Amino acid sequence: MTRLEILEELKIVFAPYTPNKEMLHSINEHTDIIKDLKINSANLVDIIIDAENKYHIEIDNESAENMVNVGTCIDVISKKLESIK
Amino acid sequence: MINRVVVTGLGVVSPNGIGIPAFLHAIQNGISGIKFIPLYRELKFNCQLAGVPVFEWADLKNYISDVTLHGLKSKSIAYGVVAALDAWSDSGVVYETDEPRWDTGCVFGNSIADTEAMKNVIFHVDNKDSKKLGSRIVEQAMNSGVTAYISGRLGLGNKVVTNSAACATGAQSILMGYEYIKHGYAKRMLVGSTEYVDTYVYGAFDSMRVLTRKGNDYPEQASRPMSLSAGGFIPGSGAGAIVLEDLDFALQRNAKIYAEVLGGSCNSGGMRSGGSMTAANSQGVIRCIKHALENSGLRGQNIDLISGHLTATNADRQEIQNWSEALHLSGPDFPLINSLKSMVGHCLTAAGAIESVATILQIAHKFIHPNINLDDPNPEITSIISKDCLPVKMIKKEVNIVAKANFGFGDINSCLIFSKFNLDK
Repeated sequence: MTRLEILEELKIVFAPYTPNKEMLHSINEHTDIIKDLKINSANLVDIIIDAENKYHIEIDNESAENMVNVGTCIDVISKKLESIK
Repeated sequence: MINRVVVTGLGVVSPNGIGIPAFLHAIQNGISGIKFIPLYRELKFNCQLAGVPVFEWADLKNYISDVTLHGLKSKSIAYGVVAALDAWSDSGVVYETDEPRWDTGCVFGNSIADTEAMKNVIFHVDNKDSKKLGSRIVEQAMNSGVTAYISGRLGLGNKVVTNSAACATGAQSILMGYEYIKHGYAKRMLVGSTEYVDTYVYGAFDSMRVLTRKGNDYPEQASRPMSLSAGGFIPGSGAGAIVLEDLDFALQRNAKIYAEVLGGSCNSGGMRSGGSMTAANSQGVIRCIKHALENSGLRGQNIDLISGHLTATNADRQEIQNWSEALHLSGPDFPLINSLKSMVGHCLTAAGAIESVATILQIAHKFIHPNINLDDPNPEITSIISKDCLPVKMIKKEVNIVAKANFGFGDINSCLIFSKFNLDK
């Protein structure tokens, strides 16, 4: 999966948690999950669980802490996907 | 400081109607909300009936954000939110606010977390998979979940409290909100209670043999308070909500006023002198009713209507006896008395709130709703009060003062006195 493909997938993962649905269409690697998408910090765990289920990967706590913007989310997911190849 | 307290908004999720227009139509026409539940037959419950609101989950998007709705599983929270927000709209105030509403609080009653929703939690934890539970469970498992959802949606910034007193809860919530405004701590209180009787709670009641064991084949006739053929109660689910306001605050904003709360009382029989976990100490009940009358400045003969607890168990007879002693009235002098439970079953924690909404509607729309399924009143009841006190058809008449009481497990009693609103008392 390319980084762009993961980004498109992330739009679907974020959708239920952001009140800022308009912005979802135009996210890029620098978009901040909490500041820009206005996602409640408590919901980050739900996003991680959804991502785990979607890609059949396991995201450890340390990796989860790095998932603050779209770019770092893609980093973590692509690295995990690599490792299960 | 003693303030007058008035009712300015109503909301309801009832087995026989969701929203005030539907509920009003149902209680005026004696429409039952009791249904046969096929699952209960599969589960070999003795009673296979329940009062179930015809609730469309998707309608919640009109009340809460998509983000909040995603992950909401608890039906008791959902019912409470809809009733409370409908009451709020009905009072003529918008939902949105940037600043907390410091002058407005919330007292909402709740029984337990929705065990059907919690089943998923138990499954994950027992499978050593708790990490998949996510962030939305705790807020729905906590007993104060319903109050948190309501106060968060409306930005309520005064006292926010969740109360729980079994079947006395709803009336207690209203009393607590009333007292808070009366003493000047808040200008407005959103009060009420909610109940979702899940399968597991239902099963536990069924095992206690307090639910009716007859009538599975004729659901709408099976809830029979005060009747000779009453066989026990039928659990119901739903929520009721009321906006209470300081009179001057309501007048200043030109609010519509449904009724006034004159007073009330909440006590316990202490599980002494015949009182127990499940039975009321009659002395406690009588004291509670008398105290409510006293602090409303009334006597028994001022009461036009009693909205009873009257669940259709053998406690009905004793309840009538207690009312009779407390009011010093019997035979034809006794007020009219009705039980909403004949139509909706016993909504447990929500009973007092839904029945209070019905009470206020009877005052505001000048009628007395029928007791359905009362073609055979219990002679032990008609030996205390006249049969004419038990309306079986709707009566159109002015209703000035109503006493509303509920009695709960733990020997808890709550009694409220509602009145038609007159600016000059």
